[in-house]
Amino acid sequence: MSEARFKPGERVKVMEAYPLGHVRTPYYIRGCTGTVERICGAFPNPEELAQMRDGLPKLPLYRVRFRQKEVWPDYRGNEDDVLEVEIFQHWLEPAEEGNDGRPR
Amino acid sequence: MADQGSYRPLSYFQLMEISLRELLVEKGIVTDEQVDATVEDMRNRTPERGAKVVARAWVDAGFKQRLLENGTKACEELGLDVPALKLLAVENTPQVHNAIVCTLCSCYPRMLLGIPPEWYKSRNYRSRMVREPRAVLAEFGLQIPEATQIRVHDSTADMRYIVLPMRPAGTEGWSEERLATLVNRDSMIGVALAKGPND
Repeated sequence: MSEARFKPGERVKVMEAYPLGHVRTPYYIRGCTGTVERICGAFPNPEELAQMRDGLPKLPLYRVRFRQKEVWPDYRGNEDDVLEVEIFQHWLEPAEEGNDGRPR
Repeated sequence: MADQGSYRPLSYFQLMEISLRELLVEKGIVTDEQVDATVEDMRNRTPERGAKVVARAWVDAGFKQRLLENGTKACEELGLDVPALKLLAVENTPQVHNAIVCTLCSCYPRMLLGIPPEWYKSRNYRSRMVREPRAVLAEFGLQIPEATQIRVHDSTADMRYIVLPMRPAGTEGWSEERLATLVNRDSMIGVALAKGPND
């Protein structure tokens, strides 16, 4: 399996890409920045499995926590409401300093 | 005229299912017995399984801890077979309310809750639950206090989720079996609370 590139607590950004095919990264979360909540383990790449290939090497899968207010600027509810989404490693990049509008 | 009974022509999908199944059996890929056994197994999976897990967690703090750490292993203690690494139990508290959705399709903890309800698979629930969870929960009759944090879990990949609802007040001293009767399906998806002792 590929090694886990991110640790829990790290800020990550979901890539804003729109490839064709079977992709398990929802549209609405692409381009959003969140925090790694945990590493779930490693699983075969679903984009490859959908093409009848073996999906190996397995890829680290993360649960990333996003603040609702950052995903939907007009979100109505508690400031602390969050959304947690499972995202495979190849869809994540380190959040650049200052690009998520949050103080460090 | 002879009684026609409840005869209905087969729907497109029923016809497709029968054709595919007969073909698989004819080609020796599966047997009728295997198909029957699988269907039977699916029918036996009902929310009562999940309720058993929740009730145990309510009465046994050690079990609850193990469930939150490794859902699969904890379920094994109850004789429930859950695929490795896959189950995540998320706990409701007065400060945090959890709810589950699968925006991409209909991923659902079938091993503990059985077949998902129709609304869980609807476009309405799937698209709005991540966007305006408080409004959706209100439509289910569940008003979450403004001060409570809502955590929505989008089940997009390999994990499956079960919500551990809060134990209702007034159930002190209840047996595990009796407590399990308060745990309904919707409370384990996070769109309802567990029933109260007088509900």
